[in-house]
Amino acid sequence: MGWLEGRLEESVVTTSLEQAINWARQSSMWPMTFGLACCAIEMMAVGAPRYDIDRFGAGAFRATPRQADLMIVAGTVNFKMASRVRRLYNQMPDPKFVIAMGACTCGGGPYYKYGYNVVKGVDLVVPVDVYVPGCPPRPEALLEGLMRIQDKVRGMKDLTKGQPIDMPIPVRTGFVSLPEELRTPELANAFAVRNKELAKPSKA
Amino acid sequence: MSDILDAKFGDRIKAKFADGVVVEAGDLVEVMTYLRDAPDLKFEMLCDISGVDYLEIDPKKAAKAGYEPHLEVVYHLQSFQYKKRFTVKVMLPRQVEGGGLPAVPTLSGVFKIADWLERETFDLVGIDFTGHPNLQRILLSEDWEGHPLRKDYEFPLEYHGIRGR
Repeated sequence: MGWLEGRLEESVVTTSLEQAINWARQSSMWPMTFGLACCAIEMMAVGAPRYDIDRFGAGAFRATPRQADLMIVAGTVNFKMASRVRRLYNQMPDPKFVIAMGACTCGGGPYYKYGYNVVKGVDLVVPVDVYVPGCPPRPEALLEGLMRIQDKVRGMKDLTKGQPIDMPIPVRTGFVSLPEELRTPELANAFAVRNKELAKPSKA
Repeated sequence: MSDILDAKFGDRIKAKFADGVVVEAGDLVEVMTYLRDAPDLKFEMLCDISGVDYLEIDPKKAAKAGYEPHLEVVYHLQSFQYKKRFTVKVMLPRQVEGGGLPAVPTLSGVFKIADWLERETFDLVGIDFTGHPNLQRILLSEDWEGHPLRKDYEFPLEYHGIRGR
């Protein structure tokens, strides 16, 4: 904190209001109880004493979206559920964060090709902040995902600068820039067409 | 057990196989009621109703498939008293003249569980159970189009603005 630091006595801490708020916010993320399938079992394990998500301040699983600011989408989202997922997301107060937990929510997972009723990734329904792959992910992986959310909260500057909530730079995981096959709109289009071809049910 | 049914129904039993018979859709309710109530059969539990779509999509393999394209509804019964299982099948055409779904009379008056099992079969395979008290989709959403477990089902490209594949 610049010139002020170290000039006061030992029992005084100096910080900025924004840092203090971000610190409070990251240390008390309240997730929403939102288990849709088998990943929910792993999420419960994270909540239980062995892995203990309470160490990171995110152990208060709320049964209502209005008290939660983190949505852990744990499990397969199907089309019937998708509208409910979106509604619950809309009911959460800002700032809100979403973890896509498991292969199904990241991109359809094992149901990508033949799942007639499965949404191919929950990011088609709600904006996702952190993807946690795995089938199901280890509890440590979900804790890592939570820590990435906390990184994101720590980088928030919406109080002073009015910036939109965005990934802080540098990030430790995930893509910083677009991957090669999505670099230009033409490439991205070709990529999507190719994926669609691959996703067609085989005739054999 | 097939012989007991044979003695009762005669040539209304279309075919017999190990622990099972094939009947016409019109005779189904009568046969199932008899299977449930006859003192030497007592098939009192309907375990499951399956719908099977016999269709080979690949025209090269269709000649060797060994069956004509058709639908089957399979009823799995269990008798606790005699510790036996039994199967009743109904053959149906895939296409019905004038559109609509192939129809079977409902069993929800004979077995209570048939209500939900028939809704599931209707939902996924597309079989109309005539006389059913509440024939709605039970698994998929109400406005879904098509019946996904039909072999010629085409996956939806999008559903309410969400990309489907």
